[in-house]
Amino acid sequence: MKVVGLHIGLLAVLFALQFVLPAYHHGNLARIMVLASYAIGYNILFGYTGLLSLGHALFFAAGMYGMGLGIQHFDLPAAPALIAGVVSAALVSGGLALLALRTTGVAFMIVTLMFAQAGYLTILYFGEWTRGDEGFVIAQSARMIAGIDLSDPTNRYFAALILFSICLVVCLWLIRSPFGKTLIAIRENEERVTMLGYSTFAHKLGAMVVSGTLSGTAGATYGLLFGYAGASFASVQYSIFPLLWVLLGGAGTVLGPFVGTLFMFYLIDLSSGITSAYMLIAGVVLVLLTLFAPQGLMGELRRRFWKGLP
Amino acid sequence: MTLLSTKGLSKSFDGLEAVSSVDFELPAGQIRALIGPNGAGKTTFVSLICGRLAPTSGTVTFDGYDITVLPAHERIQRGIAYTFQITSIFPGLSARENIALAARRFLKGAQVTEVVEATIDKVGLLGRADQTAGDLAYGHKRLLEIGMGLAQNPRLLILDEPTQGLSDGEIEAFKELIRDLADQATILLIEHNMKVVMATANKISVLDGGRMLAEGTPEEIQNNFAVQTAYLGRDDA
Ligand SMILES: Nc1ncnc2c1ncn2[C@@H]1O[C@H](COP(=O)(O)OP(=O)(O)O)[C@@H](O)[C@H]1O
Ligand SMILES: [Mg+2]
Repeated sequence: MKVVGLHIGLLAVLFALQFVLPAYHHGNLARIMVLASYAIGYNILFGYTGLLSLGHALFFAAGMYGMGLGIQHFDLPAAPALIAGVVSAALVSGGLALLALRTTGVAFMIVTLMFAQAGYLTILYFGEWTRGDEGFVIAQSARMIAGIDLSDPTNRYFAALILFSICLVVCLWLIRSPFGKTLIAIRENEERVTMLGYSTFAHKLGAMVVSGTLSGTAGATYGLLFGYAGASFASVQYSIFPLLWVLLGGAGTVLGPFVGTLFMFYLIDLSSGITSAYMLIAGVVLVLLTLFAPQGLMGELRRRFWKGLP
Repeated sequence: MTLLSTKGLSKSFDGLEAVSSVDFELPAGQIRALIGPNGAGKTTFVSLICGRLAPTSGTVTFDGYDITVLPAHERIQRGIAYTFQITSIFPGLSARENIALAARRFLKGAQVTEVVEATIDKVGLLGRADQTAGDLAYGHKRLLEIGMGLAQNPRLLILDEPTQGLSDGEIEAFKELIRDLADQATILLIEHNMKVVMATANKISVLDGGRMLAEGTPEEIQNNFAVQTAYLGRDDA
């Protein structure tokens, strides 16, 4: 009960903030919620199942380009384009899972990294369609769902909040389901799970598809809300970001991805306001955090104060 | 009825033949002890049965089906449960969740809770169910390991040196547990403690150097000269 209360409480606060935040932070928070949704997707595979992927940008981009190309080249309205993005992320993550889950550990990291890089190069190669590095703008007229203009800041904030709520609820529900509990067990001791009669391959496949699909949904929504799709979202950097956010916020906690994304966003935002050497400040803070809160902010909270925090 | 049999079952680890052409039959309902000196191949032999290892040659038949090519989890689903010699639990989860994972594979909702609570009681972990498994004392981890085997309600329960590290009191309780279980499951018990073997087994198989050296009732085995020189006479028995 306490757990459900906490998460609903956060969503209520985010809802209320909409009415009080100044425009600048209002826009930031919308962006953070979408990126945190991406991190929630990443966390299902990394934090709960214990599989470290270095290729999630592929799923984020699959969602973004599934949506963006649908609008750009097939004149899809926003809603079906969004669905196209979600479906392409599901397909891409399923396909990659079938290949990458034959490996474990470092090999898994390398295989996911390699395929994501191949995806990035594919986007560049088909520059005629994707406009490569430069990317393409998604026209305001195409960013309407049921007459609601998603380029309007208020609508955009709500859309981001809805996406974030869905991802949060899906994550919370998943990890409390028998399937999710088995994923956690795989993280703890995979051989034992096999010897209890579970197909760990099937479970990891499921985890990767859910993880990739949530990530891709975030990617598609990002493109739709902020009106742009570009190859940089498929680059290595965008595979590393969710790893960092999740590590900072607390791997294997439901709220960790949001906390980590928020923290990192404002860390860079604030330190770049103080000095041009802002990456240095950010770096120092990150090092301090890994020293003093190695399980991330929410992980530390769980360890010290609230053992049952999911 | 034969529940489990192996034919010509062998396993080599680069040159070393750890299990060597073993023919083995286990009738349903029996408690069979598998004994033999350290390094005899006992763990390797049962690993071939439950699918943790693939044999170099030979077949494993369970309940009339050739399961030699089945992956481990499918063998478990058919009713084989294995408890590890080297404790293999989920250290970061509660003892209760460890057992629940074993039950949840084939049960849902309230049934899981029922089996979990009953199992925790059976293995004597009642006051410790909420503790993090990794924080339990060694003996309690062993009991948890046994509990994870029991909670699967298996047709064949393979116990690999379950009493290692248990106190005398816990060993007594374990003997009771095995006797109670006898009418529900067939048991293959690898055990170094001869008192436990004599008190529980209907029949004993002796493995030495990867070969099946002898098989018989506890009395026969106790009187068997070859077994005595290979095993019973040694200090590690
Ligand atoms: N994974 C392995 N790789 C190489 N050798 C092994 C492996 N597992 C067991 N062995 C060897 O096989 C023999 C039998 O070991 P094991 O089955 O563990 O014996 P027991 O359980 O009877 O003590 C030993 O000589 C052991 O060193
Ligand atoms: Mg052994």
